[in-house]
Amino acid sequence: MLNKLRRELESIGSLSLDLISGIGAVFVFLLLTLRYSGTSFQRFSLTIREIFYSGVLSLIIILVSGLFVGMVLGLQGYETLQTYGSSESVGVLVALSLTRELGPVVSALLFASRAGSAITAEIGLMKATEQLSAMEMMAINPIARVVGPRFWGGVISMPILTAMFIGTGVLGGYIIAVLLIGVDSGAFWSQMNAAVDVSHDVLNGLLKSFVFGLAICSIATYQGYSAAPTAEGVSGATTRTVVSSSLAILALDLVLTAFMLKG
Amino acid sequence: MESDAAVEISGLNFRYGDRAILKGINMRIPRGSIVAIMGQSGCGKTTLLRLIGGQLQPTDGRLVVEGQDMNTISSDALYKLRRRMGMLFQFGALFTDLTVFENVAFQMREHTDLPESLIKDLTLLKLEAVGLRGVRNKMPSELSGGMARRVALARAIALDPMIMMYDEPFTGLDPILMGVIAQLIRDLNSALGTTSIIVTHDVQESLRLVDYVYFVSEGVIVAEGTPDEIRASKLPYVHQFVWGEMDGPVPFHYPAPSMQQLLTGNSLHSW
Repeated sequence: MLNKLRRELESIGSLSLDLISGIGAVFVFLLLTLRYSGTSFQRFSLTIREIFYSGVLSLIIILVSGLFVGMVLGLQGYETLQTYGSSESVGVLVALSLTRELGPVVSALLFASRAGSAITAEIGLMKATEQLSAMEMMAINPIARVVGPRFWGGVISMPILTAMFIGTGVLGGYIIAVLLIGVDSGAFWSQMNAAVDVSHDVLNGLLKSFVFGLAICSIATYQGYSAAPTAEGVSGATTRTVVSSSLAILALDLVLTAFMLKG
Repeated sequence: MESDAAVEISGLNFRYGDRAILKGINMRIPRGSIVAIMGQSGCGKTTLLRLIGGQLQPTDGRLVVEGQDMNTISSDALYKLRRRMGMLFQFGALFTDLTVFENVAFQMREHTDLPESLIKDLTLLKLEAVGLRGVRNKMPSELSGGMARRVALARAIALDPMIMMYDEPFTGLDPILMGVIAQLIRDLNSALGTTSIIVTHDVQESLRLVDYVYFVSEGVIVAEGTPDEIRASKLPYVHQFVWGEMDGPVPFHYPAPSMQQLLTGNSLHSW
């Protein structure tokens, strides 16, 4: 009995140590990426290429999801608000839900699955096929040439994608509430306009998405760069990127929301 | 006085954790020579190449490349040194998102300010040298293994390196392509005076090509000499390796309990 308890405690301790050293390793890799970020901005065409792969190619899933999330919010919001006779406020509900929470969080989760996993798989496969070693032997730093542009491409894309998610979400809410259910269009927009504060709601939401972008891209590039150079290693790293990024997004969201509400 | 050796190694040891990979390696590779490092798979040949390229650091011992002590070399100096080195990887390691032309032009674009027209001419010349100017617009995925190796060779020699390292350049090639690659290595050596280090277990092709051979077994240099000395060697390991004998100092069977023990059930736990 005592032995079993000891083993349980040991395994909890070992898991905790793994978690802390994992977070530390990602952070050290982030600092290294920032140190060698000069190339990403001096040769911005490299970063633009990655903005295309991470951002532009994620547009479809972001826009379609945003539209559906907004539609569902419109339906649910109208149903609940009608009970209190304030169905005109559905625009406020849709906009505040999207700008403060759902926009940054859902778009970040989608971005981690779509672009984060792709970044990990690409860097991991480059490592497995010795492309990173070849680059090193050509006196080219792979962190500056490969990791930096992918990192910044993702970080720049994330807030833009979030803004687009929120925009299409609001449009989705409008389609359901105004065009299909018949809520007054003027009330929908004017109440939204009065309730949504640019700095408190919109900018805070975009700040959240920027932080999520940093977290996702740090995790994705680190996992790819440290992946075992085998098929199994790359697939494991891709899975870890999606799982770790999703958990990081939710945990960071709690911390950021607490600070923003306090502020 | 400057040494005439491109690479000098003395008492070099290298470990991965507790596992000793290379033990007490001594080697001297003169400038302009072609040297082969031979041995079985997993004996530490590629590790030695990575140590010379500065991708790994010796655990202890001395390793000097072009007058630079690799134990104390700074990151900047290492990158400068690597601009004068080329490496042909076993499977080419071509950048899969770039065309053949872009792969070969890659280093010129990264390290020089040459005008685009000159980069184009130089790249086509390098591709011409390996006989593949005609595939310049193809992607690496469209090439055969042998073609990819030749494109990788064109890329490795893009900046006319002083030291070329070849990791298993003949593996998986048909005899014609093997001859083509060997001829390219020889031409490069005579045209540019490049020092060539070839890690291989393709004995006969290598012995025809190189000036000197080192045999590595279990992390130790067990024999060395000119190709003629190696062919005439009576050392059991070298003899088995050169003539491809199935059994000898290197056993056919990986160590395991005897069949008799297994059949009588005395060592079932060690399956």
